[in-house]
Amino acid sequence: MAYSDKVLDHYENPRNVGTLDKNDPSVGTGMVGAPACGDVMKLQIKVNEAGVIEDAKFKTYGCGSAIASSSLVTEWIKGKTLDQVMEIKNSDIAEELALPPVKIHCSVLAEDAIRAAVADLKAKQGNTQEAA
Amino acid sequence: MQDSSTNHFALFGLPAAFAIDTALLDQRYRQLQSEVHPDKFAAASSTEKLRSMQWATSANEAYRTLKNPTARARYLLELQGVHTDEESNTAMPTDFLMQQMEWREAIEEARDAKDLDALDSLLKEIQTAAKTLQQDLEHQLGEESAELTAAAGSVRKLSFVDKLREDILQSMEKLEA
Repeated sequence: MAYSDKVLDHYENPRNVGTLDKNDPSVGTGMVGAPACGDVMKLQIKVNEAGVIEDAKFKTYGCGSAIASSSLVTEWIKGKTLDQVMEIKNSDIAEELALPPVKIHCSVLAEDAIRAAVADLKAKQGNTQEAA
Repeated sequence: MQDSSTNHFALFGLPAAFAIDTALLDQRYRQLQSEVHPDKFAAASSTEKLRSMQWATSANEAYRTLKNPTARARYLLELQGVHTDEESNTAMPTDFLMQQMEWREAIEEARDAKDLDALDSLLKEIQTAAKTLQQDLEHQLGEESAELTAAAGSVRKLSFVDKLREDILQSMEKLEA
């Protein structure tokens, strides 16, 4: 399959690959997987006191489109608030990377990873507030 | 539920269940195949030839679906109106996904190190995991329990495990070549 230049760029030079400390209370971890192709994606976000995402890391096992989708997303979400990143749609990702229809599910995976990471962070912060 | 006379299980005269007698399935498939074999229709009209070909094709598809445990479970769920949503449902349990990542890492390492033994033991580990999930399905799709939502989850898990198995087998083939 012919990948777009943007997919190739992210695939060959993925941004923000790595891991954040999942036990850090300011870090949210989202793990999602696509049964149809077996791809697995982990996205982590670290927010500052103002609720702005200051760092993001990912680790993805999957095809070039899945890696490119997660790499792109880490670039997009840095500097944004949790509410802002929840507005990112898989269609935005698919459009930016010019994904063909059979690879749309990769962008769905990336969108779901953002939501899972935000949900994890909110659950964590809710817990610490109750404990305080 | 589909008309029982048209579903894949009925085609082979088997009960619509996850636990099936695969030897019997093989036997009935061979029987059906010989009945609709094109050679038998050499002197038949073109309509009959066409019909026998269509029969052979649908028997093939039915056989492939029932022979593979994951496809069989998916099909059983479909018959009961439950979709496994493997294209869109990405919310797998975190520990399951962590395990997937660990396996992927181990496969990649073994492949890079050209370590056939390591790939072989990973293959065994993954086959054990598949077996466990199939046992879960047998229970979940059993008549007494019918935990269909849980069964759909097990099918999604098996999809991941099947994919890992394929990847390992491919890597092993490349190393052995």
